[in-house]
Amino acid sequence: MGPRIGVYVCHCGVNIAATVDVEAVTRFAQGLPSVAIARDYTYMCSDPGQALIKEDIEKFGLTKVVVASCSPMMHEPTFRGTIQEAGLNPYCLEMANIREQCSWVHGEKDKATRKAIQLVAAAVGKAFLLEPLEERRADVTPAALVIGGGIAGMQAALDIAKAGFLVYLVEKEPRLGGHLAQLGKTFPNLESVTPLLSKAIEEVEGHPNIDLLTSAEVVGVEGYIGNFKVKVTDRTTRRELKVGTIVVATGYDLFDAQLKPEYGYGVYEKVITGLEFERLVSSSGPGEGEILVKGKEPQDVVFIQCVGSRDKSVGQEYCSRICCMYTAKQAFLVKEMLPQARVTVLYMDVRAYGKGFEEFYDQVRGEGVIYRRGNPSEIYKKGERLVIRAEDTLLGEPIQLEADLVVLATGITPRRDSLKIANLLKLPRSADGFFMEAHPKLRPVDTVMNGVYLAGCCQGPKDIPDTVAQAKAAAASAMAPLCQGQVKVEAVTSIIDEELCSGCGICAEVCVYDALSLHERKGVMTINEVLCKGCGACAVACPSKAIKLSHFTPTQILAQVDALV
Amino acid sequence: MNEDFEPKIVAFLCNWCAYTGADLAGTSRIQYPPNVRIIRMMCSGAVDPVYVIKPLLDGADGVLIGGCHPGDCHYQEGNYKARRRVAILKNILHQMGFDEGRVWLRWISASEGQVFAETVTEMVETLKEKGPNPLRELWGT
Ligand SMILES: Cc1cc2nc3c(=O)[nH]c(=O)nc-3n(C[C@H](O)[C@H](O)[C@H](O)COP(=O)(O)OP(=O)(O)OC[C@H]3O[C@@H](n4cnc5c(N)ncnc54)[C@H](O)[C@@H]3O)c2cc1C
Repeated sequence: MGPRIGVYVCHCGVNIAATVDVEAVTRFAQGLPSVAIARDYTYMCSDPGQALIKEDIEKFGLTKVVVASCSPMMHEPTFRGTIQEAGLNPYCLEMANIREQCSWVHGEKDKATRKAIQLVAAAVGKAFLLEPLEERRADVTPAALVIGGGIAGMQAALDIAKAGFLVYLVEKEPRLGGHLAQLGKTFPNLESVTPLLSKAIEEVEGHPNIDLLTSAEVVGVEGYIGNFKVKVTDRTTRRELKVGTIVVATGYDLFDAQLKPEYGYGVYEKVITGLEFERLVSSSGPGEGEILVKGKEPQDVVFIQCVGSRDKSVGQEYCSRICCMYTAKQAFLVKEMLPQARVTVLYMDVRAYGKGFEEFYDQVRGEGVIYRRGNPSEIYKKGERLVIRAEDTLLGEPIQLEADLVVLATGITPRRDSLKIANLLKLPRSADGFFMEAHPKLRPVDTVMNGVYLAGCCQGPKDIPDTVAQAKAAAASAMAPLCQGQVKVEAVTSIIDEELCSGCGICAEVCVYDALSLHERKGVMTINEVLCKGCGACAVACPSKAIKLSHFTPTQILAQVDALV
Repeated sequence: MNEDFEPKIVAFLCNWCAYTGADLAGTSRIQYPPNVRIIRMMCSGAVDPVYVIKPLLDGADGVLIGGCHPGDCHYQEGNYKARRRVAILKNILHQMGFDEGRVWLRWISASEGQVFAETVTEMVETLKEKGPNPLRELWGT
């Protein structure tokens, strides 16, 4: 009996079904040779979706399964698990990527449907020829690398270290702490940062499982989950670290306020950023705990929100999430330290979404801080003071405010050097430039690179509690492979046909893993399957066509070509 | 240039870079013409010249091979192997009287969704200029 194939076409809600006629694809699949059953379903990856496949394997005696849905990068492991539970070899699965490669990138329904049909035909063509493979496992180096020593990186490093694993924490600056080291009190309860931060730093520095490398940078990454080789340099030395998993916690940069020249930042000394304000009010600041602007206490302080957030004109479309609250905090602090001062906040919308935020915002207004809705058009100097021109969009009238201090709530941006890390780890970035998670809802700390996880503001703007929560999640994810001690490795390897092999050794020359050697007695090449990584270079090089790469055999690939052309 | 002509492109993309880059074009919803059909490979260095010639003989209008940028290969140097092989293959295609400009080798990283979409768009435009694969007419493939 030949193979019996089941084809499962996923709607992915409307993600696929809105652009691809999934029923037409299913009907088409049902008509293909060897296809015993074809079905479509809203979410194939859901429990009922997977149950459907398992029942069919039993009921129709399926030997191969094709799932037409998202990218195999997303759910190949899921569906391999599904069919394995139903008794099939996990490698008897083939996926047709009709979401990332089709419904999400093409708008015209008939063309997208036609393409989806071809992709399914190719997958069925390959599935027909698939052969079961034996799963292989590799040992995991029981250590992790954390890049970035802000609060995110420190928290992740501590969690992993406390679980008993060695952690290398690499920070490019001489000191730990990141942006937190520059902050004073925190919203919404005005707790001082210093004790929190000092405690974290002390713990990190004192932990026997943490190998701290400051003033250091990652310059090379090789390998894959379980066995990464990482090159790190500091000013004098170069070290090679071996780790099983990697947490990226490189944080953020602030929007450059000079890109909004109408606010006069960099021109007028009395226009400062929120981060500079933190220093201004700190006890170690210029006024030693008092707010002094050019030696004088300011009488009028104006805060301007959304500087470089929600502003398409400077290419910053997103909300930076923390500025509403840090502005409220800073306005409150002015009122607390200088009760006589008039404090005004110019805002677009106040987003007080977090725990205790709305209450805090209320409290701040209760203290007499005036909130006016409107974005300034211009700031200019008049004598010693500044004049802010704006439109009050609630009253619909132009306003002019005078101030001795203007504080710009500059938004959170991706680090300007984030491309370096992106290239080293092959991490994609989303449209806003922050590192991209593997799935916005279900895999918020994973990346598409197995074994690499994200924590903190490098993934998007967040406050400290969200940063810490994400760091703990990333640490947990990064620990899972370390705890298991082994990871699955691709079962894909090269296979040698001894009948055809002449023992010429060309394959051994192209193999970078030294996986091929001559069997002296037989006079043919043999392959060391532990060393073979399944790149397939030897198969192409073999002049006798005696080598093929399993799961990507020439007949399988040419069957795909046949279906596609 | 025939406006109605829709070139058929077969793309062999390496799992680690170009295929993931194409996925990123998807997750970022970057639109590109639907003329390309992707075959997932483990490495661009595993693309046998036969895989390139076969679709061309069967009437495909172009073949795209996508791999990691130099220095970035998941298997250390598979992309360099691909580069040498494709260079030789193009030479041979040319000598066979075949337009080697229908075979493209491009480096596309996992973070270059935009580059993938642009590559496909550009290739479709170029192939529209060139017109259909002549073998379709000549040999009726
Ligand atoms: C003005 C202002 C006020 C704020 N007030 C509050 C508040 O009151 N409450 C609150 O909850 N949040 C507040 N925040 C937000 C807070 O700063 C962030 O939530 C927090 O700092 C995020 O931490 P992180 O570790 O992700 O990033 P960061 O603090 O940016 O740390 C990143 C670290 O990684 C290092 N690094 C970067 N690249 C590399 C590399 N390639 N190799 C090695 N190391 C690298 C950096 O040097 C840095 O030490 C405020 C932010 C601002 C701007």
